[in-house]
Amino acid sequence: MSIQVIQPGLMTTIQDLGRFGSQKYGVVVSGSMDTYALRIANILVGNAENEGALEMTLLGATLQFTEDTLIALTGGDFQATIDGQIIPMWRPLLVPKGAILKCKSAIKGCRGYISFAGGLAIPTVMSSKSTYTRAHLGGFEGRALQKKDCLACHTMTVENKSILQLVTQKTKPVTWTANGHALVSSTQTPTIRILPGTEFDRFDQTSQQTFVNQPYTLTTAADRMGYRLEGTPLKLSEPFSLLSEGVTYGTIQVPPNGQPIILMADRQTTGGYPKIGQVISADLPKLAQLQANAKIRFIQVTMEEAERAFIEKEQIIQEIDQAIRLKLSN
Amino acid sequence: MMNKVTIKSLGDAALIVQLGEGIHPSIHKRVRSLQLSLENQPFKGFMEAVPSYNNITIYYNPFVVYQAYPDKTGATSFQKVSTFLQKLVANLNEHNQLKEPIVSIPILYGGQWGPDLVDVAQHNGLTPDEVIQLHTSEDYLVYMIGFAPGFPFLGGMNQRIATPRKETPRLAIPTGSVGIAGEQTGVYPVETPGGWQIIGRTPLDLFLPQHSPPTLLQSGDKVRFLPITLEEYETYKEENR
Repeated sequence: MSIQVIQPGLMTTIQDLGRFGSQKYGVVVSGSMDTYALRIANILVGNAENEGALEMTLLGATLQFTEDTLIALTGGDFQATIDGQIIPMWRPLLVPKGAILKCKSAIKGCRGYISFAGGLAIPTVMSSKSTYTRAHLGGFEGRALQKKDCLACHTMTVENKSILQLVTQKTKPVTWTANGHALVSSTQTPTIRILPGTEFDRFDQTSQQTFVNQPYTLTTAADRMGYRLEGTPLKLSEPFSLLSEGVTYGTIQVPPNGQPIILMADRQTTGGYPKIGQVISADLPKLAQLQANAKIRFIQVTMEEAERAFIEKEQIIQEIDQAIRLKLSN
Repeated sequence: MMNKVTIKSLGDAALIVQLGEGIHPSIHKRVRSLQLSLENQPFKGFMEAVPSYNNITIYYNPFVVYQAYPDKTGATSFQKVSTFLQKLVANLNEHNQLKEPIVSIPILYGGQWGPDLVDVAQHNGLTPDEVIQLHTSEDYLVYMIGFAPGFPFLGGMNQRIATPRKETPRLAIPTGSVGIAGEQTGVYPVETPGGWQIIGRTPLDLFLPQHSPPTLLQSGDKVRFLPITLEEYETYKEENR
């Protein structure tokens, strides 16, 4: 065993990019809330982008390493230290044998990611390592990490080893970091871009305008399953009932009390509430990094704008990947 | 009228193909037909599809679509996927031989396993035995799986046993519980809170995470309920262990 959990933090789970392909069986997708941070964390240590890593929430974990381990920290800022020394985020790091990695509370963002070179050695369930705690599915015994849990890593691949070599060479220490801020900007008063939801037209005129003109506050009832918001209630022109149908990450549903709920990574596969909007994919990681009481302003964009934003972010990730490969070949 | 299809975006990475309105086995047949066609000949960037009563939600990666299907007209990935799906729907083989396996689900009705059986009977002016008789005399169509892993949305229940949800939901409904809510009936694959009227319990596992597929039932299956005794229930449990 190479990693010992000294303190698990508030809600630390193993997540990859999600359990896709089984939604038709009612199996929840799960996966990292901030997919950009997870992907970069993996790229930084030479893993496949969809490898499982630790996702920490608000209060981070303390881990002791019983072997030299190559890791990277991304996402929210948890004031991480190794044996008391502050360490940089968004960079591959070697944690020496016996050292303690300590993450405190998030001073920026809400969710932090720790990737491990080689990936965590846990069984995949329905081709994913993601944890879905409500059904005790996947991850580490289907639950959040607890004190004294032991994690192991797979053997390093050629890619992992070449990054390790880069990190351990004495003559040219690694001083660069991946530009995570180009992907996710952390602010508690964010603008979140949306596309109209499938039932947008069924809401009354006032509600349609209110939704994009008034801020909505993120309540404390916000977890991996969904974010409950609070603000001016949204009303339908006339009541109607909807049959359950497939929903997705970022779907904004409005239950009868008029207060919107944004569906997050652990959402149920289907839903029957009217959908007023849909957060664009490029803004989901920003949403994932919000803490309770954040004031959200929604703005409506076109499909062209949403897809352009999607493509731009993918290109940034590709550039980061290429920049690291370039450093390896030099 | 049968060929009417509308496609609605569900954000920039999913869309809904609407194949009709309401709950009808004939519309659902088209849903399954499209699901099958799509899974047999997916477009590049296709991730998965979730069938429901009268539509399918399709999940895709717009960046993969953008790279795989370049064009000069400036069409969005959403438009490209929509065009692909319109063609697929137009060529749907209405006479597709879809499998309709009948799955028998044994149920121990009443008692502590079905605490609301008596209420359901009283509500409808029937005896508990008549409720069991009516509940087991139909074949039910699995329209969709959702809400919880392996939870079947069943259609075809006899209206004579329809009963509104309980006024106060229970905090925990045991795994395998069989319930009625309004005109629907269903089986709880995992323990969850819920307001359905519980009339019995099955010893079978509906959610099997280590199996492929991971659920006993799938969209398009037919379900037949089979009344069993406590002794038979215990035997099933033993065999499933």
